[in-house]
Amino acid sequence: MAENITTLTDTNFNEEVKGSDQPILVDFWAEWCGPCKTIAPILEEIAGEQAGKLRVGKLNVDDAPITAQDFQVMSIPTLILFKDGEVQARVVGARGKGQLLEEIAAFL
Amino acid sequence: MPVAEPRDVVIIGSGPAGLTAAIYTARANLHPLVIEGEPSSTSDQPGGQLMLTTEVENYPGFIDGIMGPELMGNMRAQAARFGAEFRTCKVGKLDLSGPPHRLVADDEEIEARAVIVATGARALMLDLANERRLMGYGVSTCATCDGFFHRGHEIAVVGGGDSALEEALFLTKFASKVHLIHRRSELRASKIMQERALKNEKIAFVWDTVVTDVLGETAVEGLSLRNLVSSEESALAVHGLFVAIGHVPNTDLFKGWLDMEDTGYLLTQHGSTFTNIDGVFAAGDVQDHVYRQAVTAAGSGCMAAIDAERWLEASHSAGNPIVETPRNW
Repeated sequence: MAENITTLTDTNFNEEVKGSDQPILVDFWAEWCGPCKTIAPILEEIAGEQAGKLRVGKLNVDDAPITAQDFQVMSIPTLILFKDGEVQARVVGARGKGQLLEEIAAFL
Repeated sequence: MPVAEPRDVVIIGSGPAGLTAAIYTARANLHPLVIEGEPSSTSDQPGGQLMLTTEVENYPGFIDGIMGPELMGNMRAQAARFGAEFRTCKVGKLDLSGPPHRLVADDEEIEARAVIVATGARALMLDLANERRLMGYGVSTCATCDGFFHRGHEIAVVGGGDSALEEALFLTKFASKVHLIHRRSELRASKIMQERALKNEKIAFVWDTVVTDVLGETAVEGLSLRNLVSSEESALAVHGLFVAIGHVPNTDLFKGWLDMEDTGYLLTQHGSTFTNIDGVFAAGDVQDHVYRQAVTAAGSGCMAAIDAERWLEASHSAGNPIVETPRNW
């Protein structure tokens, strides 16, 4: 995984997301989800291009089921944008890069 | 906007039809460009419908079957090996008044002598307001993505074809019970799938019935049903809803250019992939509502590549210069 992307777990979620000084886009994903894989390169690009302004975190729902349940994730990929620890936007389903950036732009 | 030299072949779509056309035209040194589509969680995405399936058991050559995404990844890599280029975007605008034909992808204008249309078909939804509202909260377009979230719960699958039974069988790995809701009293699916589904104790069949509403405030809690024979209304408590009631071809982009059936499927000249427009060929599910198999799509993708190659040769040897035509966006 790209160096710009934070791996999130049930254990480090609060510290990394609630305590983040930058907005963070969290990707709820799993190995067995095809559309999750198709957007993985897009998220790596975004993490690289927006470094310093926006963080990107990946949460594997197989490894971190409690957090996935806390946020009522029932479909993956689900992308949730957090700012100051609060949910700002939620995108359900895979998207192209342009459309994804458009949907979260207003909250950055 | 400056336009580069016209390309020989542009392929729109990247399912089995588009990628087979790419393999063949690349091996014919036609340097194809594949506009492969954009990521989504529906079947309208790079790689096509097979990207959302699990095991493909009927594609020849794989004794033990192959996973749909792996098969499509292999086809893409095979096309790339022979020099096919890829753009991960959708075609924005289109002008088929050529050749050369023109299209815009990712703000870039591209000219092509031959265009192979292989945009496939996408899954239909029920078209209910609450179905859209609860998308991602129990309503799903991707059983392989979302089955996991229904572990130990009762869920519903709507439909009676192979896709519906495949989803129902897959979902029995997670759900405690799968209600298969079908508007008729018999299934359209293949015999082997019917046998497997009818034998599966976790699948309960709800015949002659349609879904009239999806219930739940913040997540799916149930469905409203109507029996088409008795007209009786009922409610069914379920935790999730998966819809597999058929497909619609991805042909909106070609309206006004290409001849199509009332249902939107492209029309090709009998026994070939030629459309009504010179230099435009159609392959795969976008022109086939009868067979709709990965192998038939791949077969017609091969036909389109050969038709395009011969058409290019014939138009070159006839000395037909490419004439600049006015743009008609």
